[in-house]
Amino acid sequence: MNTNNLIQCFLYLAALVLCAKPLGLYMAKVYEKKSAGKVESVLYRLCGVDPNKGMNWKTYAAAMMLFNVLGIAVVYSLQRFQNLLPFNPMALGAVTPDSSFNTAVSFGTNTNWQGYGGETTMSYLTQMLGLTVQNFVSAACGMVVLVALIRGFVKKQANEIGNFWVDLVRSTLYILLPLSFALAIVLVSQGVVQTFAPSHTVSLVQATADSSGKAVTEQVLAVGPAASQIAIKQLGTNGGGFFNVNSAHPFENPTPLSNFLEMLAILLIPASLCYMFGVMVRDKRQGWALLAAMMLIFIPLLWTCVQTEQMGNPAFAPLGIDQSASTLQAGGNMEGKEVRFGIVNSTLWATATTAASNGSVNSMHDSFMPLGGLIPMLMMQLGEVVFGGVGSGLYGMIAFAIIAVFVAGLMVGRTPEYLGKKIEASEMKMASLIILIPCCLVKLGTAASVVSPGGTATIFNPGIHGFSEVLYAFSSAANNNGSAFAGLGANNIFYNIALGLAMFISRYWLAIPTLAIAGALARKKIVPVTSGTLPTHTPLFIFFLASVVVVVGALTFFPSLALGPIVEHLVLAR
Amino acid sequence: MMREQIRPTLVSFLLLSVITGVVYPLVVTGVSQTLFKNQAGGSLIFRDGKPVGSALIGQLFDQPQYLWGRPSATSPAYNGAASSGSNFGPLHADFLKSVADRVQTLKAADPGNTALVPVDLVTASGSGLDPHISLAAAYYQVPRVARARGLSGETVKRAIEKNTQGRFLGIIGEPTVNVLKVNLELDTAKQ
Repeated sequence: MNTNNLIQCFLYLAALVLCAKPLGLYMAKVYEKKSAGKVESVLYRLCGVDPNKGMNWKTYAAAMMLFNVLGIAVVYSLQRFQNLLPFNPMALGAVTPDSSFNTAVSFGTNTNWQGYGGETTMSYLTQMLGLTVQNFVSAACGMVVLVALIRGFVKKQANEIGNFWVDLVRSTLYILLPLSFALAIVLVSQGVVQTFAPSHTVSLVQATADSSGKAVTEQVLAVGPAASQIAIKQLGTNGGGFFNVNSAHPFENPTPLSNFLEMLAILLIPASLCYMFGVMVRDKRQGWALLAAMMLIFIPLLWTCVQTEQMGNPAFAPLGIDQSASTLQAGGNMEGKEVRFGIVNSTLWATATTAASNGSVNSMHDSFMPLGGLIPMLMMQLGEVVFGGVGSGLYGMIAFAIIAVFVAGLMVGRTPEYLGKKIEASEMKMASLIILIPCCLVKLGTAASVVSPGGTATIFNPGIHGFSEVLYAFSSAANNNGSAFAGLGANNIFYNIALGLAMFISRYWLAIPTLAIAGALARKKIVPVTSGTLPTHTPLFIFFLASVVVVVGALTFFPSLALGPIVEHLVLAR
Repeated sequence: MMREQIRPTLVSFLLLSVITGVVYPLVVTGVSQTLFKNQAGGSLIFRDGKPVGSALIGQLFDQPQYLWGRPSATSPAYNGAASSGSNFGPLHADFLKSVADRVQTLKAADPGNTALVPVDLVTASGSGLDPHISLAAAYYQVPRVARARGLSGETVKRAIEKNTQGRFLGIIGEPTVNVLKVNLELDTAKQ
């Protein structure tokens, strides 16, 4: 047992829970505020929006889709024409159509899967006006769908579930923007770059030669306006890095402190939204219950990942290598990990980033030990409901709660209710869609890829691990996560299109059914609590809910995991 | 239903783009350049007025008189313009061979050293730009560096310890040795 590993994990979780309450309270205030503030009023006037006029769920969904499709089209165009546009000091060319499509969908859907390398592909303008903007508004769109769903529980016999434009503007201006600004400045103080200057060229202290024997005497250091983008990519569960290796890059994540804050930012809003949920449904225990169910899944998986990576690579045994942890080194499986993060901060990040649908990385998941890499994969396959994306994670978890009360209702033979609303056929159908669509996309996508030449051509690691790369890619895209087993060459027509479609379908075909549930619930009466009502805040229900999530995930994905990381582990342990 | 949402879509997208995509990064840049100019620009290190690297980005050292950093998977090694990890799975044959080769290279450069090789010295970092090695990896190289420079082991150790950063608040992160800074220090060290 490595005590420091334990302490660092504990500190992280403690900081998270401590922040959840104040931020949750603040967010509830933002969304429940009756009158519009000065700045937002100006925006509404310019947009021609009456902030006091509510929308039914169909109008709300239509507004969300229009806004998202426009965003995707703009990001696509910015990439296609970046060679003609300003703020491109490195004179980068236009991005290919398939890569532009993939990236536009990726950032619009809050996935931030990256088939490209940031510093070698995207101009500063594309990064700012395309990607950073989507980082904000795609996160906001996740939050607004959640808020609409919560209103569905709160309202009685109503048609309206809120005003999309008001929710969107408030999420962006009052929640995401101030948090990002504060985080960005602290990150710069640690060494994250924020400049519009082109790359630096420095002369090396010791000249070397490249693989062809040519002398190398200079080093080019890519820089750029990174901090502003990194702050929101962490807070908004986006995850799209400024540089190719994301937060493993020392200019994105230079110190243990920057790492701690970036990691905290991954789960900060998703955890706080649980508390906000409790406040808004006027029963804080309901919020704590969902957070507890998430923790119940998170903590054991986290510790498995830490321990697996800390044990190191048994294949190193005959080579005379010291992998043990000591006061002088972190030890463990250090391939693809940075010294300043060691094992615990790499695995803590990997677990948090896949629990949330963030997908940023500070180590290379492809080089994890088989069971270490299984954890992030499983986290995504659980449907991104253990914290999950900002908003989207919690509305996914609420869909699971609906399934859980339904299953419990079947057991005792009562009509299921959740938070005073009867759960009937239409809600159950929608909740099932929310849970089944990503599962189908992952399995179909992986199966289609491993039997087609286009899908297998760019696998980097041969054999079992190559299968894991493809399974990971679809688990990531179809759950809007965005992290990767990055060996897989995904910047080609096959994967750009296949993964682009997976991201698009799984984002909107989940968000729209969620809004449909919101609309259906809002129309219902509140059923009074009786002695026969199933309480949904007790340890029993928390355990039951976590079990439903795990059982659905395990039943669906155990066979695929057995073909990938589990077999690989057995080969390694042989 | 759709038509009345078109104006809000266009106008709100435009306004939010300006706020989050132009005003926000520009204000962050302005504040950063004022408060933390050096960090915002890339934490450059100068020698005789010339930039010789960044405190945060590693460089390749393979001559015996220098402290060596970690293997880098970028091409060429420590390419600050195109970061990359190796992405080798733990059983990849090329990976295991490259680790074995690296062990051989380290042993050949210091034949008398029978200690086990610290793992971070033979595995590629995630970024390919890791500026750090562990204290174990630094101490492992002391005899070779001292011999190549004709310095005492103590002098080399002092240079290492001077450029070692402990955990944040003694708890968070891992202790690190900055390879480039140690080497710049060694270049100025006297007997």
